[in-house]
Amino acid sequence: MAAFFDWFRWLYEATGINLTILYDAFDRQRMVAGFWTTVWLCLVCIALSVVIGVVGAWLQGSSLKWTRRAVQGFIALFRDTPPLVQIYFFYFGLGALLPRVPNAYGIPEPVLTNVQWAIISLSLFAGAFNIEIFRSGIEAVPRATVEAAEALGYSRLRAYVHVVLPLAFRICLPALNNNLVNLVKTTTLAYAIAVPEMLYVAKQIWSDATNVPEMMVFLLLAYVFLVGCVVWVMGRIERRLKVPGIGL
Amino acid sequence: MTGAAILRTEGLHKRFGDLHVLRGIDLRVAEGERIAILGSSGSGKSTLLRCLNFMELPSAGRVFFHDRPVGTEETRGGATAVRYRERDLAALRRRVGMVFQSFNLFPHMTALENVMEGPLTVLRRGRGEAAAAARRQLARVGLEDRADEYPARLSGGQQQRVAIARALAMEPEVMLFDEPTSSLDPELVGEVLGVIKALAEEGRTMLLVTHELGFAYHVASRVLFLHEGRILEEGPPERLMKAPREERLRTFLARFSEFSF
Repeated sequence: MAAFFDWFRWLYEATGINLTILYDAFDRQRMVAGFWTTVWLCLVCIALSVVIGVVGAWLQGSSLKWTRRAVQGFIALFRDTPPLVQIYFFYFGLGALLPRVPNAYGIPEPVLTNVQWAIISLSLFAGAFNIEIFRSGIEAVPRATVEAAEALGYSRLRAYVHVVLPLAFRICLPALNNNLVNLVKTTTLAYAIAVPEMLYVAKQIWSDATNVPEMMVFLLLAYVFLVGCVVWVMGRIERRLKVPGIGL
Repeated sequence: MTGAAILRTEGLHKRFGDLHVLRGIDLRVAEGERIAILGSSGSGKSTLLRCLNFMELPSAGRVFFHDRPVGTEETRGGATAVRYRERDLAALRRRVGMVFQSFNLFPHMTALENVMEGPLTVLRRGRGEAAAAARRQLARVGLEDRADEYPARLSGGQQQRVAIARALAMEPEVMLFDEPTSSLDPELVGEVLGVIKALAEEGRTMLLVTHELGFAYHVASRVLFLHEGRILEEGPPERLMKAPREERLRTFLARFSEFSF
């Protein structure tokens, strides 16, 4: 392994291609940590945004007018504003309003860290889109199929969980794929509030080593890989859920 | 009339906006009765059936299940209205099975899973017990060998038989058949009617909306003729279908040229 890393030092000396993240242990550790921070952000935000989508789409079908309006308002707010503005709004706007609590050393600290604000903000952003995506799936489930469940004595919630959602999910998977891919890419905006994810770490490294082109190429390839993983997993899910007669 | 009333309606009305579909239906369904509902399209026969398990909420009038009114009367601001709570309707639907014209199977479940679904989710049976019961129901409609097929891989007649098995798995006290053979190819009608006939012979209480007059004649214990939202004539099939009193019923029967006993 050491020989492998040293080869990149030789590469730098011979050609000027400066991949410090491979031959320099400090930069390497920073980038590995940044990579895992990005992965963590992606996984948590994907999970939360899907939950928001499922619950929001259910509330959108509520018989209570104000519940439906609240969901509409939520979607309007988070779909129609730029995600960077949302992140700033949460971190600098809401964050400043929340009380500070003393930490172990007695120094006042914000209640929520920048990573937590990034998770909240990005999940709500992607969740707003997921609500609309799930709604499109739900509306494509034939009314008659839901009636069949109701005729068996299902409550609205049970029919939603056992019949509507499984069908809607299959119908809206392609659109959901797109949104989750977008979410993975949007996690780079957490850079703006100093979350040490890949873009932030890359910026730190190129400031020290002035290897901007190398880091840019690395970043592009790293995101191609990450998005590739998401697409591969979603493809697996799609194939696994495939049943005859439901268009996928 | 024999037996206790399972279902009964009093002055049932249903409006869809300006359209007045049911205009006062008084109906008593006794245990073991097999009632065929005839009428031309738009006469309200499907709507009547769908009001009995509250797929449609009646606009006026009441439905009684074992002589107990379904829904609670509530007075608000001087006006009295019947409130149908989801829980009450679900409890009724558990005991009243329905088979639809377009089968409406759950497309993401196999035939077996479709039949298991009700007992599993609604009656909270165990998975093993529900599967064993579902296999028995599928055997009853002659489809035990297709248990693991998805609905899209089954013919219309097979799908409808699965749908019947799904309704039977809930062990309902009454079965409602809403034109069960109307969307089937002619050569598939027989297999579905055969299953319904076998259920009738077991003495199962059922209401059947159908255009299969020959079938209604042989299977029903009583026939209703609906016209413009009212029961225009009713009686045993021999009387009603061979010696109809109402002119409307006579024209209706005459339109079925192939109709023979």
